[in-house]
Amino acid sequence: MKKLLNILAVMIAALMFMSTGSFAKEVKVGVVWPMTGPIASFGQMAWKGAQIAQAMAPKTKDGATIKLILLDNKGDKVETANAVSRLITKNHVKAIIGAIASGNTLAAAPIAEKNHIPLLSSSATNPLVTKGKEYVSRVCFIDPFQGTVAAKYAINNLHAKTAAIVVDIAQDYSVGLAKFFVESFKKMGGKIVAKTFVQTGDQDFSAQISAIKAKNPDLIYMPTYYQEAALFARQARQFGLNQVIMGGDGLESDALLKVGGKAVEGVTFTTHYDPKATASKVGKEFLKKFKAKYKVDPDAMAALGADAYLVMVNAINRAGGSNASSEAINKAIRSTKNFHGITGVLTLVNGDAVKSAVVRKVKDGKFVYVTTVNP
Amino acid sequence: MNLTIVLQQLFNGLALGSLYGLIAIGYTMVYGVIRLINFAHGDIMMVGTYVAILSGSALFLPWWAAFIFTILATALVGVLIDKVAYKPLRNASRISSLITAIGVSFFLENLFLVIFGGVPKAFPVPAVFSGVLHEGGVILPVISIFVPLVALVFLAILMYILRNTKYGIAMRALSLDMETTRLMGANVDAIISFVFAIGSALAAAGGIFWALKYPSINPLMGIMPGLKAFAAAVLGGIGSVPGAALGGFIIGIIEVLAVAIFPPLAGYKDAFAFLLLIFVLLFKPTGIMGEDLERGRF
Repeated sequence: MKKLLNILAVMIAALMFMSTGSFAKEVKVGVVWPMTGPIASFGQMAWKGAQIAQAMAPKTKDGATIKLILLDNKGDKVETANAVSRLITKNHVKAIIGAIASGNTLAAAPIAEKNHIPLLSSSATNPLVTKGKEYVSRVCFIDPFQGTVAAKYAINNLHAKTAAIVVDIAQDYSVGLAKFFVESFKKMGGKIVAKTFVQTGDQDFSAQISAIKAKNPDLIYMPTYYQEAALFARQARQFGLNQVIMGGDGLESDALLKVGGKAVEGVTFTTHYDPKATASKVGKEFLKKFKAKYKVDPDAMAALGADAYLVMVNAINRAGGSNASSEAINKAIRSTKNFHGITGVLTLVNGDAVKSAVVRKVKDGKFVYVTTVNP
Repeated sequence: MNLTIVLQQLFNGLALGSLYGLIAIGYTMVYGVIRLINFAHGDIMMVGTYVAILSGSALFLPWWAAFIFTILATALVGVLIDKVAYKPLRNASRISSLITAIGVSFFLENLFLVIFGGVPKAFPVPAVFSGVLHEGGVILPVISIFVPLVALVFLAILMYILRNTKYGIAMRALSLDMETTRLMGANVDAIISFVFAIGSALAAAGGIFWALKYPSINPLMGIMPGLKAFAAAVLGGIGSVPGAALGGFIIGIIEVLAVAIFPPLAGYKDAFAFLLLIFVLLFKPTGIMGEDLERGRF
């Protein structure tokens, strides 16, 4: 009897040990976002969003903690590739969230494909990012849709007949989105009168602006990132170019408002999210928690960062929880259906999210909601 | 392209070139005296812009006082960098100092990244500098008129110091032969400190005017202007102060005209400055105004 009791005690101890063991268990998920560099503002907002989302859903269904390992890619392609390799080979992560920019995500994609690790981008909108890939997905819409929405808005709401295009040749995102806008704009009867080029980090746009001014277009479409757009707008206004500047989700940053000042007043862009258009319960909870912690409204990058995290946790749970393999998590991510996220209801088709776009513009030094466009 | 546009583009080039020139003057001066290519020069310029912002927002100085304070404070930073990083290597091989300069550059960039973060900050532009003039269809932003004038004023001051003051004579002597200058009883270390103070003050002035023209500042903003100024200094003849100013003007005008004449190449405009740099190094390493390095300078 005593012997039996001893065995029982050992078994109970073992059970307790095992259960505490499983409580301490964690699932490692890598995050590769730009914390510094030309698009740092995006990465920092996305990280804030993801941290709020993590506070909302910190564990898998079987109680394992989701451990996020954040690496800074500086908005650079080579740094992104290095960070992803490091997360896979050194940190042994199950899955990776990232990157922000399409060009960076494209640089990371082959590594994820080769190692069979799911890569889930929050905001890379270029169609090439997931094309022909098995392990790369995203929680945002893609640029053919975004370009069409912008062209429709330019023609129907801004009554633009001619447009000048400003493309950042260093960004796959900018080159792609400009192409899709031009296609739709021309199809709807618009005319492109000038096409000029810039590069990430450029600060002097006087030559390009002088060239555009000579053509006097109704609209300037500039699908670049915020830093170039803010300085471009300032210089354009100085040179007496007062047309509406339109762009894509790459413009949405507090830095655009701060650096651009009065010059960015009226700048209009297509994006993923507006706090005003938030209807879902999870969306409202996110908005409340975000505002309480950071004292500002979340923007598209924050909301998408949160969605990337929430879709990832949801996929890990559907794949079986903390013991799920990378393969199973990848399958689960790509079969996400009618998931109620922060930016709306997500369904992934071939790794791309299909969902509505929002048009916002700058008014009185703030981003304001204009309209929502469904796919 | 009609005449108005040509004039406009030439003016745009002149405005950009004078900024490069302003930064290049300081670059070339440090090289002329102690033969150190100070790769941290662009980063000292960045430090200057942050000092300017802080002296406006934290010390509540009016803009003109903030600018003067910035120039003095940055000069001090330059002296400090020399004392800590370059002085111990004064007699080491030139390549060691060069590598140290690159190290200082990385250190400053990353230090400011840690302190201020990577998100660009807006640089407050006083109303005096934000106006625009119209002249026969050509648009002249006021700041773009200021910069060439400021560059010329600094150039004149620097030339005066070098040619007509005791310190200037000592600097020129030092650039020819450091050991003999020391033997003559000149305080070589004090003179080199002074060189760094002037070089950094010029970088700060360049940074302020850069930020007034392109009012978005971040810790990595100094890299590209620094490299362009280096190209300008080499083009003008490294070590030659008027040459650096001239090189700056030329590079600025070439960049803008290249974009104006070949619009599809606009995204690659940085390449023009560096192509020019390569050609100069291949065919005329002494640049436009540079003399044989074994003979006198300035």
